[in-house]
This record gives sequence, structure tokens and C-alpha cells, in this order.
Amino acid sequence: MTGFLSLFRRLEGPQTLGRGPAFWALFALVLAGALAYPLFSDGYTVGNTVYFFVWVFIALSLSLIWGYGGSLSFGQTAFFGIAGYSYGILTINFGASYGFTWIALLLAVGMAALIAALLGYFMFFGRIAGVFLGIVTLAVTLMLERFMAQTAGPEWRIGAARLNGFNGMSAMPPLTIPWFGGPIVLFADVGLYYVVLAMLVLVYLALRILMNSAFGNVIVAIRENPERAEMLGYDIRKYQLITFVIGAALAGLSGVLYTVWGQYITPSSMGMTAASLPLIWVAVGGRSDLTATIIGTLVVLSGFQALTIYGSQYALVFMGVLLVLTVLIAPNGLVLGVINWITKLVTRRKQEAA
Amino acid sequence: MALLQLRDVNKHFGGLHVTNAVNLVLEQGEIHCLIGPNGAGKSTLFRLILGEHHPSSGQISFAGEDITALKSFARIRRGLSVKFQVPGVFKGLSVRQNLEIALQSRLSGAALAKEIDRLLAFLNLDAEQAQMAGNLSHGQKQWLEIGMAIALKPRLLLLDEPTAGMSPEETHMTGEMVRRLNAAGMTVLAIEHDMAFVRQVAQRVTVLHLGQVFAQGSIDEIVADERVAAIYLGQAHA
Repeated sequence: MTGFLSLFRRLEGPQTLGRGPAFWALFALVLAGALAYPLFSDGYTVGNTVYFFVWVFIALSLSLIWGYGGSLSFGQTAFFGIAGYSYGILTINFGASYGFTWIALLLAVGMAALIAALLGYFMFFGRIAGVFLGIVTLAVTLMLERFMAQTAGPEWRIGAARLNGFNGMSAMPPLTIPWFGGPIVLFADVGLYYVVLAMLVLVYLALRILMNSAFGNVIVAIRENPERAEMLGYDIRKYQLITFVIGAALAGLSGVLYTVWGQYITPSSMGMTAASLPLIWVAVGGRSDLTATIIGTLVVLSGFQALTIYGSQYALVFMGVLLVLTVLIAPNGLVLGVINWITKLVTRRKQEAA
Repeated sequence: MALLQLRDVNKHFGGLHVTNAVNLVLEQGEIHCLIGPNGAGKSTLFRLILGEHHPSSGQISFAGEDITALKSFARIRRGLSVKFQVPGVFKGLSVRQNLEIALQSRLSGAALAKEIDRLLAFLNLDAEQAQMAGNLSHGQKQWLEIGMAIALKPRLLLLDEPTAGMSPEETHMTGEMVRRLNAAGMTVLAIEHDMAFVRQVAQRVTVLHLGQVFAQGSIDEIVADERVAAIYLGQAHA
């Protein structure tokens, strides 16, 4: 029981911004706002909001691996794609009855985690680090995209599921809850919104606990100085591998939710553009903090969406400019920079008042 | 009783013979200093003991166990600990968190907090505990890393130039720290250039030259040895 309670104490700590009643009151307020939001909006708009939430998981996965762990991975979109395709293949073959879509979700996320475990084993136990890790993971992502793009022929099928090359897979069943009066199908609407919101809150809180635990301490220690961490008796390869697998599972969750949201997945979701955009959201937000990452992702993503109306090429150029500006002005992230600046201001006020 | 024993340890890097048939025995409870001119192979010998390099031939045993093939973290868990030459602290984390990371594998909860406080006092870093380790002065970083190294309660503490860049006063304080640790039962092997420090702490001294053990004895014997003076002046083969 005390062990369980001590988990809650880990919700706050040196690795995450925000502590004390003021922060949690704000958190409750934002959550209440998010819960009430569908009441003041229409189903179509709420469904679009789910699209933004879907990407937050992959952003959090990058924050974990890159921001906290210090290893830049271009492989997140690969795991996104693997899980998305896995979900499609499973549900097209086995349908949506008896709550199978939820088992498919778990299996698809598990598939991403399994492949990450294999890839991660060879990388971390082979002592591949730094920029080389980025190159290897990017190569895996692009290879996977190229491979899936050439699966147009009818011979590329798994059971009833055609892979369909560049056009991708579509028409897989959405998440479905078996119910007495008939199954509840979660289309991109209010129902899916609440499910994804619940997942988001759960993942956010769980990651806060994880990062403020002894495990999280070792992860940031490896980012700061891997040699020193090893010379404190930690087998850093194991810690890096576990972090990589958790990150892949989160990216996979993003992939599955993206697939159920639009009922399609294509190889371009694993391409170069798809691989770099999450890096930009996370870098702009502030990769070394979970909260900053979420805020940054939602802000940049909605800005990007608004710009796309005027032309997606310009939106991409703007994203590039944003990344360059972030690196030059606030290398730790714009959102994180602003939060830190406000915190400093408040403490100075308090000191002056005292 | 021998705590650490190196038998005929050789290390080649290509054609370069950096460590040449080194035999070294470290007795339980002693403070042993390793000196020698630049390029003598002192730091390489440390890396061999720590498992960052593996010897081309020879055997290293610790507390009676052959550790030659073990990975670094496994050697640390058996009771070795090190302070690097360039302070290896976690710069972006607070001083307190640096110590917590070193201590958390053997303590938790209130006992952990208490031990951090005790170490902070021992290291004279009470006032700096909330600061980022990267903002400490050079000497304070050295102390913090010594603190992290001893937090593991090692049986053997390896110190690679613990007083580099310190003022004479800080050097003396560091020497006293080492002596107190030794009095509490810790065996120490230190690489050091500062002869005042060596005189202050060393019970035995080994001189390394061109990858070989050149001389061994008490500090007085070493200082009196004309051959040792000669290699420091570059006249070993004259």
C-alpha cells in the first residue's frame, strides 16, 4: 500500500515541470475544459481535435528517447507505421466483433515494441550512439517506407488484407466496444475523443511517474554522461533499450490511433517528412519536459494545420524556419523557455516581496 | 591480503605497446599512489582495471576473483569505484540529484535523503545542493565526483588526478578527505602529479615509465631513487 502511494509522490519531481497545488489545480482546470469541450462543439470539429491528440503520443515518445534519454531517433515513424499496418492487417482479417479491435490495438503496439526490442538490442548492445543512432533509425524508417510503397501487386497480401503499395490500406474497422444493445463503434467523433483523451491523461501521468522514479534518474544520467552512469554500476545498455521499447510502444499507439481515426494508413506516414515533423514539434516545445512537449505539439500542429489551408508547401517551409529559429534562439525549446522565464520572474517577485 | 592483483598485463594499440607486462599488487587497506611522466601509461592502466579497455594479455583479479572479462558496470558492482581525471558529473542536474543517482541503487526513501545530507556535509557542498552541477567551481566538481564515487561504498577507490586544477589549500583538504576515507577502511589507488599530495597520503608508491613498473616503495625511497629523478628529467636511458 505504501509502495502504491509512493507512486503518486513521483508525479512531481526534478524531471518534470509543475508542482504543488497551483499546478494540479491548473491541470484539473485544463482537464475539465477538455472534458466539457464536446458539449460546446460539433462532432466534426471534435473528430478533428482527436487528430491532434493522436500525434501527442509519438511526440511524447520522442521526448522520452531524445529529450530525456539523449538519443535522437528517426525511427519513431517506423514504429508508428508498423503498428498502424499491424492493426489494419489484424482487423481486416479477424473483424471487429467480441472487442477484437482492442486486442488488435494491443497486439499492434506490441509488434512495434517487439521490433524496437530487436533493433534496439543490436544498436545499444553494439554501442551505437549519438549521430549514428539517428542514421541507423532513419535508414530503417526510409527502408520500411520504400518497401511498403512497392507492395501494390496482388501478391502482397496477408490473409484478406491487401497492402496496396503507395495507396496504402484502408477500410479497416474503427475501435469497437461490444455492448448489450449492439456494439458501439468509435468513429472520429465524440466517443473516440473521450477514449483518446483518457489514454492521453493516463500516459502523461504514467510518464511523469516513470521519469521521476529511480529509472528516470538513470535515463537522464545517461543523457548527461553515459560513462559516469556506467561507472556508478548501471548497465546503461539495458536502460537505453527499455526506454527505446517504451518509446516505440508510444509511437505505435499513435500509429494505431491514426489508423482508426481515418481508417487508412499509407507508406508516406513513414516517409522523410513524416519522420521530421514530430522532431520539430518536440524541439519547438521543449523536448526535455513532458508538459512542454505536449503544449508545443498541440500549438505547432494546429498552426501547421491552419497554414496548410494556404498551401502545404508553404507550411512545410514555415516548419523548417521555425526549427532553425528554435535552434538559434531557444535551443531547449520555445515553450520550455517561456515557462522557465515565467518561473524565474515569479520567484524574483516573491524574493522582492519577502 | 591482496585486494587487486594485475598479472603480466599487456595492452597494445596496434603497434603501440602502452602497458608492458605490468605486475601490481594492491593490499587491502592501503593508499597507493601511481606516478610517472606523461605518457607512462597510468590512465590506460586505470582503464584496464575498470574494464573500459580489455588487456591484450594478462589477468586482473579483484578480491580473489578473476575480473578480466567483466564489463565495467559489473566490476563497479563488485566494489570498484572511480573518479575520472576530467570531472564526470551530471552537469545539467542538481548537486543533490547527482548524489541521489549514485546512492539510489542501495538506499531509498528517508535513508537515501539522510545519506545525501551526510555526503553534502562531508564534501562541503551543503550550500550548493540545489545548484546545477555544471555551475560549480572546478574544485567543487572534483569533490562532487569523489562524493559520487564513495557513495557506492566501494572496497577500492580509484582516483585519477583528484587534485588537478585545485589550489594548494583545496589539495590539502582533498588529501584529508582521502585519509579519512582510508581510516574508515577504504583502499585507495590514486594517479597524482602533485608530490605534496602524494607525500600527504601515500603509504606506497609505484612509478610507471613507458608502460612498465619502474620502481616501487615508500615515498621516501622513491624520492631518494636517482633513477626516478632521472626519468622525470628525461634521462632514463642516459
